[in-house]
Amino acid sequence: MATGTKFELKMGAATREAFGRTLVELGRANKDVVVCDADLSKSTMTTYFAQEFPERFFSCGIAEANMVAVGAGLASSGKIAFVSSFSAFLLNKGFEQLRVTAAYPEVNLKAVGTHSGISIGEDGPSQMSIEDLALACSLPGFAVLSPCDEVSMRAVIHTVAAHVGPVFVRAARAKSPIVYGADARFPIGGSHELIAGKDVTLIGHGLLVAEAIRAAGSLEAEGISARVIDMYSIKPLDRDAVARAARETGAIVVAEEHLADGGLGVRVAQTAAETTPCIMEFVGVNNVYAESGTPDELLDKYGLRAVNIAAAAKKALARKSAR
Amino acid sequence: MATVTETRSVQELQAVCKQIRRHIVTMIAAAKSGHPGGSLSAVELIVSLYFGGRMRHDPKNPRWKDRDRFVLGKGHAAPVLYAVLAEAGYTPVGELNTLRKLGSIYQGHPDRRFIPALEASTGSLGEGLSLACGMALAARLDGSPARAYTMLGDGEIQEGQVWEAAMFAAFHKIDNVVCIVDYNRIQLDGFVKDIMDIEPLTDKWRAFGWHVIELDGHDLNAVNAAYDEAAATKGKPSVLIAHTVKGKGVSFMENNPKFHGMAPTAEELQKALAELA
Ligand SMILES: Cc1ncc(C[n+]2csc(CCOP(=O)(O)OP(=O)(O)O)c2C)c(N)n1
Ligand SMILES: [Mg+2]
Repeated sequence: MATGTKFELKMGAATREAFGRTLVELGRANKDVVVCDADLSKSTMTTYFAQEFPERFFSCGIAEANMVAVGAGLASSGKIAFVSSFSAFLLNKGFEQLRVTAAYPEVNLKAVGTHSGISIGEDGPSQMSIEDLALACSLPGFAVLSPCDEVSMRAVIHTVAAHVGPVFVRAARAKSPIVYGADARFPIGGSHELIAGKDVTLIGHGLLVAEAIRAAGSLEAEGISARVIDMYSIKPLDRDAVARAARETGAIVVAEEHLADGGLGVRVAQTAAETTPCIMEFVGVNNVYAESGTPDELLDKYGLRAVNIAAAAKKALARKSAR
Repeated sequence: MATVTETRSVQELQAVCKQIRRHIVTMIAAAKSGHPGGSLSAVELIVSLYFGGRMRHDPKNPRWKDRDRFVLGKGHAAPVLYAVLAEAGYTPVGELNTLRKLGSIYQGHPDRRFIPALEASTGSLGEGLSLACGMALAARLDGSPARAYTMLGDGEIQEGQVWEAAMFAAFHKIDNVVCIVDYNRIQLDGFVKDIMDIEPLTDKWRAFGWHVIELDGHDLNAVNAAYDEAAATKGKPSVLIAHTVKGKGVSFMENNPKFHGMAPTAEELQKALAELA
């Protein structure tokens, strides 16, 4: 566990790249691993698997609903089936199939959505997934994971392949800074405290973990001790970590590249309400569809930056001391 | 019935097409991202509608109730539609090179919040024909002569929703809807026949109860005639199976899957513009 600002964030690969590379590792180790993709294999990076294992890769065309149910059929017949597309199309076009062919019958399907959030940039809202976690978390029995860097994505893909049950994993288009050393472990339902702190807790997932780390650095310079937690397991949630943060710091900020409605924030709030109610603030996309722009411009404009997290933390602290 | 649209000769239309192609490559190069291939393949098919008198529309009155509608199902081809809307006078030509930039009306995919003249916000493939059916039905209910046109990609029609809509249109005898399939044989990951073959395509549409018109989608005489045939066909919807070349007009983009979703470099832009001079 690191303390203070000792974190050095070096840029790594995109989590989708790590996903694609890890699928090949899985394929080599287990011939029951199969992959389906819907005309986006060069973007989701399942193309690596397709090249090495063409007989176990199923091109589905632009037909996500069919792909998800085919994947569920493969999975219910004993295959370790991965289905992948942009998160927006996988969850929105394939939702009914995720619900009735995977979640409800408790089928061992692995759904991986890439290009999540607004940081896909120029393509705009039709390709942006800002509601995928809300949808995935609404599926009973699903494990929902959002790793923040290439190291954790690789570990999470190995974890979910070994796990028996339906899973949704969220990946990003943009490169992300490396947060973890190679030996870190990522069990379903876990979390990682990256920075110790006692005044306020910053909880993030995906690309906003790095922003939360930066926010903690700037808060430290102002004499505020911020704890940072990577809540990579959105569901099931690490309830102990939430309760401890609430008890020990009394204020929590949740930051995510997702609609504030229905994201990790509301899940953390529910858990805090059930265990140790505390002051909370939320950094997310607020009831709006974004637009075209560079990833950086959009993260700035829609308030998903370290400065926004730090501002939310100060607001939470002010509310805490006014109590 | 007021026909506001001007009609131009095929020669004049060819000149418009060339101008549209220049806009397409220039704005995508300026944006440094975007989809040139499927924009270039669709030029004649859309120019005939907006400039060849085949669609009734009025740039001075984009919300005219009886206008014909055009829905770009394959929303990633937004540059061709933007260039056409701009040249037709709906939106500023001078801003085309702001494509995909923050604050631009020319968003990465058609976005009604930014351009009210757009009939739909598209980009998630497979929804265009359903939307057009709804618009055509509304016109029928209102006793309006309006027709609804939609253009789909040959990869896009792999979406099941397209075939739900195809069944719906024939069942409800929506003869004021026209579907255009831009059959350029390439989708994102490669050639359509290798990703998910859609053949036999004319048989499929016929089996779904449609009037099928197969044509060369770059031959303006054939394109004009196909729209006229569709308009004259009563009692069933019409589909144009338009054989096209992805990247048409720029030699190094033609039939090249790489230019589905890649911008030309500055150097490639100069080469492209020289070919489109
Ligand atoms: C539902 C959905 N799935 C996937 C995509 C990503 N995508 C964008 S363009 C494209 C290929 C489209 O191919 P085609 O329809 O043939 O278009 P064209 O060749 O005319 O460019 C894909 C898969 C999308 N936009 N929407
Ligand atoms: Mg195509």
